[in-house]
Formats: sequence, C-alpha cells, structure tokens
Amino acid sequence: MESMADVAAPLATANQIAKYEAVIGLEVHVQLGTKTKIFCACPNQFGDAPNTNVCPVCLGMPGALPVLNRQAVEYAIQAALALNCEVRRKSVFARKNYFYPDLPKGYQISQYDQPLAEHGWVEVEVEGQPPKRIGITRIHMEDDAGKNIHEGFKDSDRYSYVDLNRTGSPLVEIVSEPEMRSSDEAFAYLSELKLALQFAGVSSCDMEKGHLRCDANVSVRPRGQAEFGTKVEIKNLNSFRFLKQAIDFEISRQVGVAESGGKIVQETRLYDPVLGETLGMRSKEEAHDYRYFPEPDLVPLLISDEWLARVKSAMPEMPALRRKRFAADYGLRPYDAAVLTGSRALADFYDEAAKTSGDPRLTANWTIGDLQGLLKGAGKEIEDSPVSAARLGELVAMVANGELTGKLAKDVLAKMFETGESAVSIVEREGLKAISDTGVLEKIAAQVVEANPKQAEQYRSGKTSVIQFFVGQVMKATRGQANPAAATEALKKLLG
Amino acid sequence: METGKLTIAQIQAGLRSKQFSAVELAESALAFAEAENPKTNAYLLLAADRALASARRVDAKLSAGEDPGPLAGVPTGIKDVIVTKGLRTTCGSKLLEKFVPPYDATAVARIENAGGVLLGKLNCDEFAMGSSNENSAFGPVRNPAAPDRVPGGSSGGSAAAVAQGTAVVALGSDTGGSIRQPASFCGVVGVTPTYGRVSRYGLVAFASSLDHIGPLARNVDDAATLLGVIAGRDPMDSTSAFAPVQDYRAAMHLPVRGMKIGLPKEYFEGLTSDTRLQIEKGVRLLRQEGCEVLEVSLPHTPYAIACYYIICTAEASSNLARYDGVKYTIRSSRAQTLQDMYRMTRGEGFGAECKRRIMLGTYVLSAGYYDAYYLKAQKVRALIARDFERAFETVDALVTPVSPFPAFKLGEKLDDPIQMYLSDIYTITGSLAGIPCMSVPCGATSEGLPVGMQILTRHFDEPGMFRLAAHFERAGGFTL
Repeated sequence: MESMADVAAPLATANQIAKYEAVIGLEVHVQLGTKTKIFCACPNQFGDAPNTNVCPVCLGMPGALPVLNRQAVEYAIQAALALNCEVRRKSVFARKNYFYPDLPKGYQISQYDQPLAEHGWVEVEVEGQPPKRIGITRIHMEDDAGKNIHEGFKDSDRYSYVDLNRTGSPLVEIVSEPEMRSSDEAFAYLSELKLALQFAGVSSCDMEKGHLRCDANVSVRPRGQAEFGTKVEIKNLNSFRFLKQAIDFEISRQVGVAESGGKIVQETRLYDPVLGETLGMRSKEEAHDYRYFPEPDLVPLLISDEWLARVKSAMPEMPALRRKRFAADYGLRPYDAAVLTGSRALADFYDEAAKTSGDPRLTANWTIGDLQGLLKGAGKEIEDSPVSAARLGELVAMVANGELTGKLAKDVLAKMFETGESAVSIVEREGLKAISDTGVLEKIAAQVVEANPKQAEQYRSGKTSVIQFFVGQVMKATRGQANPAAATEALKKLLG
Repeated sequence: METGKLTIAQIQAGLRSKQFSAVELAESALAFAEAENPKTNAYLLLAADRALASARRVDAKLSAGEDPGPLAGVPTGIKDVIVTKGLRTTCGSKLLEKFVPPYDATAVARIENAGGVLLGKLNCDEFAMGSSNENSAFGPVRNPAAPDRVPGGSSGGSAAAVAQGTAVVALGSDTGGSIRQPASFCGVVGVTPTYGRVSRYGLVAFASSLDHIGPLARNVDDAATLLGVIAGRDPMDSTSAFAPVQDYRAAMHLPVRGMKIGLPKEYFEGLTSDTRLQIEKGVRLLRQEGCEVLEVSLPHTPYAIACYYIICTAEASSNLARYDGVKYTIRSSRAQTLQDMYRMTRGEGFGAECKRRIMLGTYVLSAGYYDAYYLKAQKVRALIARDFERAFETVDALVTPVSPFPAFKLGEKLDDPIQMYLSDIYTITGSLAGIPCMSVPCGATSEGLPVGMQILTRHFDEPGMFRLAAHFERAGGFTL
C-alpha cells in the first residue's frame, strides 16, 4: 500500500519548488577491497556459485565466533583519513538485531555509539557556485548481509533462495551531515567521496557491482525556516543518475504535498528507475527497534598512535589536493586538472609523464587528447595503456625540444601504442627526427623560395602571411621533419 | 574392568603397563554407558565409531612408542551445547534435533589431540538455560544419587554421567552456575575457569560475555588435567586470553598452611541447615589444614540475580535469533509466509524457559529501556567484580556454599522460575566477575544428598584454586 501522499498530491511546479529549500544527507555503504571477509578467512569475491565462499563463521553457525580482519580495519582507517575524519583510538562493535533470511546470525555486527571515525568533510564544487564543505558525521565498520533470490528457480513461485557468499564482506558506512541543498550537490558529494576512496585504494567503488551503495535522506522546508522538515529515506539508488533523479523527484513530491496542505510522512521510499518515481514502502517493514548492544564476542578495537601514524604516512595524495597541485605547480587549467585527477591511475600516470617530459602543460594535452583517444578506441583503461607514462613523457619531451614535430609525433604515438616501442627507437628507425640544422634548412628554404617567385614577391610587398605557404612547402620537401620554428626563421632570413 | 571408577592417572598407568588397551577401555566404557544410561538419561548420543577410532589412534601411538597425550584413552562426555563435527548437536532443543555441525569446538579438538576418547553427547537444559536439566527437549536427567531428584543444571547430563561412572570426565558449560551447581548436586568436581581461559569457539552461545567451558570430574586431579588440556589462547576466539597456561596439577601439591580464606557473610544467609552444617564442617577442615579463615563482605551480592538475568537474557535474545527456520533449524510445516516461518518455527521449537528469556532480553534491550536495564546492569556487574577485587586484597581464596539447598525433586520448582533462579544465587557472582570458581564435594545431607563447597580465586589463579581444592579433598575424603 502506498502512503496517502502519493495518491493525494500533485507534483510541485518549478515556482512552488523555488519557495522551498531541500535538505539532503547521504548514507553511503562502501565495500572494502580486502582479500578475505571481515570476520573469517573466506574469500571476499563475487561471481562464484551460490553458497561456496562460506564457513561456519559467516554462516552464523551455532558456536562460531567472529575474528576481526586487520586489513579491513586498515582500509577503514584509510577511508576515514581520505575523508578528513578523526579516527577514534577506541571503537566498539555492536549488534544490530533484526530478522531477515539473508542475515544468518539474526544480527549485523556494526558499530553504534563508538564508531571508528567522526567529524570529517568533503569539499564539493557545483558549477557556478563557490566550493562548499559537506560534513561527514561518522564512519563505522560492519559486515554485509547475503542476498535473497526470488526468481530463476522452478519453485520460485513458492520459495525464495538465499546466497550467503556476500555475507561477511567488510563494509564501511559513511554518514554525511544533512548539509546538501540540491541533487547537484548530492551528486558532487558522492562523486568526490568515490574519487577519494578510489585514490586511497580501499575500494573499487563500483556501483554496478554494489561496492558503493547509497541511501538519501531528503526533506524540504520553506526558504528561511530554520527547523528541518520531516525526513524521508530513499533506498535503491544504485547509480549516480538515479540518485539525482530520485532526489529531484522527491523534492518535487514533498513540495507538492506541502503546497497542497498535506503532511509529509516520515517513511522509507524506494526509487523505481523505470517509473522515475519514489514509492512508499509499507511502514510495518521499517518499524525496527534494532536493540543495539555491545558485541560481546569481540573486544574493543584499539588503534595505537603508531598504527595510525603508519597508515597516515602511507596515504596517497587525495584528489582535491592533487587538483590544486596540478593547477599551481604545473600551471594546468582547472578543467584539465579535474580531468587528469579523474582516477588515481590517470593522475599517477600524468604525474610521471609530466616529470619525465619537463613540460607539464604539453604533457596534459597529449594525455587528455591523443593518448585518451587511442585508449578509448582500443577500449582500454589508462591502467592497461601499452604506452607507459615514462614513454609518453619521452615523446612529449622530444616534441618540446623540437626534436620531433607535433604532426609526426602523433604518428609515432600511434605506433608506440601498437607496438609498445619507445619514441626514440621509432624515430631513429624511421628517420623521423626533426630537422633543426640551420644550414640544412636554409638550403631547402632557398630552393623553395626560388621555385615560388610569385609568392616571394607577395611576401616582400608586405603580405607576410604568405610565410605559412613557404613553411608548408618546406615541410613537404622534408616529409614533415622540418622543425617548423627553425624553418620559419630560415625563411624569414631569406625573404628578409 | 570397572571403567566407572577409573581415574585419568590410573588409565595412563593401565595403558602403559598394557593392563588394557585404549580400544578395550573404549569398548568397555561404551558398553557400560549403554547399559547404565537408562537410569539417568545423561547421554543423548553415544559416538561408538568416533570413540573407537580415537582409541585405535592411541593404541597405535603407544605401540609406536610415541606419547599419546595426557588424556590418552580417557572416555570423555561432551555437553550437547558444544559442537562436534559430524555428530548431532542438539543443545537440548527440538529446534536443533537434526543439526549436524560441520566443525569441532576448539575444546573438543584439543581433547582428541591429547588422546581423549569422545564417548558421546550429554543432555542439558535447552541452550543451557536452567538449573535442573528439566528444560531439555529430550527428557530430564535423573540424579544418580537419588533418582527422583534432579541432577542440577544446565550441565545435568555431564554431572550425572561423571557421578554415574559412564564418563571419566566431561565437558560442561557454565554461564551462571551451570557447571558448579550440578557438580554439587551430583557430588562431583566442577570447574568454571577464568573467563577467556578456555576458548568458546564451538560453544553454542547462550550469554556470550558469561559463557564458559569447563571440566567435570570425579576428583580434583582429573579436573586439573582436563583443564590443562583445553585451556589456552585460541585465535578463533577474540575473547580468549593470551596468558600462559600454568601447571595445575603441580599446584595441587603446594602447601596450604597460612593461606587466607575469606567467608563472605552474604553467602551464609538463607541456606538450608543441612547445607550450612556441611559447609561449616568443610571450613573446619580447612582450618585444620592450617588455613587462616576470616569473614569478609561482598556488599553488592544482593543485586547479583537481577543484574545477571538482565545481562544474560539480553545476550540470549540476540544469540538465539539465528534459530529462525532458514537454515539448520527445523522449520514449521504450517508456515506460508516469512513472518509465519519465524513465528511458528520459534513458537513450536523453543521451550518455555527459552521463550521467557528471549522475551525478557528483548524487553531490556528495547529503545527507551536500554539505559535503565542493560546499562545499569553492566554498572552493577562492575561493582560486583570490584567487591571481589577488594576481598582478594586481604584473602587468597573465598569459600562459600555452591547452592542454598541440595538436589530437589523432579518437578518441584518447575512452575516457579524465581525459586529455580535462586538455586544459582551463590554461583552467579563469580560468573559476573569472570573469576575462576569450582565446586568440590563437601559431604552429604542427612538424606544422603551431596553438598558442594565453592572455592573462588583471583583472575587466572586456577593454581591457587586447585591447590586448596586438592588439600581439601585429601583431608576430607569426600570425593566419590
């Protein structure tokens, strides 16, 4: 049964929405990329036959006990540091009690009043607005549940099946402050969060595989009102696009209810991507009292100063800082800096290539333009690039030094991409090295001027743009190998 | 061969002098258990194949000149809340009547690695909840000393089997007195070690922060030997202690002259005159052995029962959630929907005492009640532990009765849970504090019902406890 509000109120108009302010907070679950599960030694991987990656511990067998995975804790600390959180030296696991077939113990082992980390933030930027910090209330660790399978079996009309391979996968839940005011901000927050966690190397954050899951709390209030409105939780947001669509729909629905004199009900709603709407769940299903209490099977998690310092010192540079450094140290435009920090692999690649070439801006152009084009055409990611960062840097250096013309460099890169060879060896073998020798170029220039007296006359009478024609002729004569700048110099001297 | 009276030391001597082989001993013990069990209903299952396989391994080692281990050939019973690979483990519950665990508890594995022969699984109160063994779905256990009386609980089967001689030693579990109280009712030795001393891996949880595995035996030496085998850090149990395991048997021979014994005055109120008389006799014996006896006070004792029944029910309500009809439990055949499956399976499967505790525990953890009940109980628990710490500043050990009364008649307290809970009034404080405590036989009432004396010592001072118990046993001659 849907709630009354669905039936009664029309969606709000743009004018009505403009009178309100949305208040949005996100709860994000991230699966940590450990080799084994959080409380047992079963593989933390997917795609295997149902109920094969299981043992007495993750099956919740009577008598089995959890033992905390140290690597999971380390990843969780890294996630916390990546999101500017304070890591608590002591955190406590707690049981969250509820019944569901995919939850074999009858409780989830989570953290409650003493989470792993608190007081973090993420800086987000929405086009046309100044940067804004979104607060992170807390990050806590917990184990994942399994999956109920309701179709695909011959008796699926009568029974559901349970696959417990995912049970016990390590998760962190990241809870934001209710500080976002639009679906764009929510989108930007989730993007930045995902990027930071990917940079930290704690998760692939692949939403399609469920490694990143997001619930949104949305309320609306008349502009200027201090108190929050009644909040609605939206579940099933399994892509960035759906997150934005669902929030926009929900804002419009809630304003519609408020504007038509209705009352917004505190409830959990599911986003239906086919309808593009959020739908109310039966309130009975969400009336949970989780009866949290400290998990007696685990001792409190103590994180020593040494451990924390060690993890901190090994943290990679986060995307926000890296963007700033690329702009400040390399002189990149903000757009290029953002593109080049789109993934840690790309940023690392660019960084190394730029250092090798000594010309960061030219390297940015080659990375974003030609190399990305080749990768895209081959359906490859930067991680699998046949041209290494150092090799790209060498190529760019040759261009920057005038040893190779830009035009030929494109062909050389294509060959490098194909064969994995270095630019130097391709250029040498094929004799493509740019001609910068003044003596040689002056000789060729003289031949070209002699062969084109009419154009020479034009130049001399003041139509200096004809120089381009002559440069082209020199290029033609040298099969593209002439250094354009040096050729221009030589021509100018001749035509003087 | 009278398997019913052998000690571990006698078995070791017999095996080494080739008086009997481990297989002969196992065969004889199995036959004896099968013949005698109907008198008590202590065993729910005899594991002949597994026992004989273990015995053959022991014999092979002996003939190869290898050390077969400190428990070589010892017929051992296992309380049915401790899981055994391939052997049905019911926890005394109808819900688990078809549950065959895929793994062994750490304590079980250690016993078999030490040469122990796992004879079978022992009856108990459902999920270890009870003080009379009448809460078993597979029938009550009778007290070998008085067949119309209960053996105590929840480890009633373990105490009865050891008393009856159908096991040389047995594993029990203790949450609030479930080893010590039945040991006292049946006249055997029962040990609840320090919390964390023995791994709980494979002990089906009732109240995790209070659950212990411990030995039951006919004498202190056997109990010390068995504890020495099962004690020690286990990476599979995060709450198990790193402290090295001491030599408990060696400690038994240290002198007790000059040891200071405290008698907490709160433990000598409200007990029956027969029990009081026996404990007073026991205390006199300790004085004669040269112990210095003084009165002490544990002032928070009156809050122990309330505190205990909040914490243990809260944890139980969560621990018992997994018996939901989805996996290894039986499933109600009437269920049509998911909610039905939960309600009917649990409604039909759990006995009255489990339901009572699940409801109590669910209530005390509920939103709005947590602080008033659970949190407060945890604070009281800390105060009770502090009482013991203070007492141990002046004394080396405490001595109390195990239970206010001896074994009662079957059915006598079944309709009165509060009376039933009171039979653990002297044992739950030690459980809440997590300190080592044990029951040693201390004579019998005029009706011939065994009385047990409880000895409590500091955390990890099992050596001090065994030392006192062994001297008491030698001086008194109360042991079976």
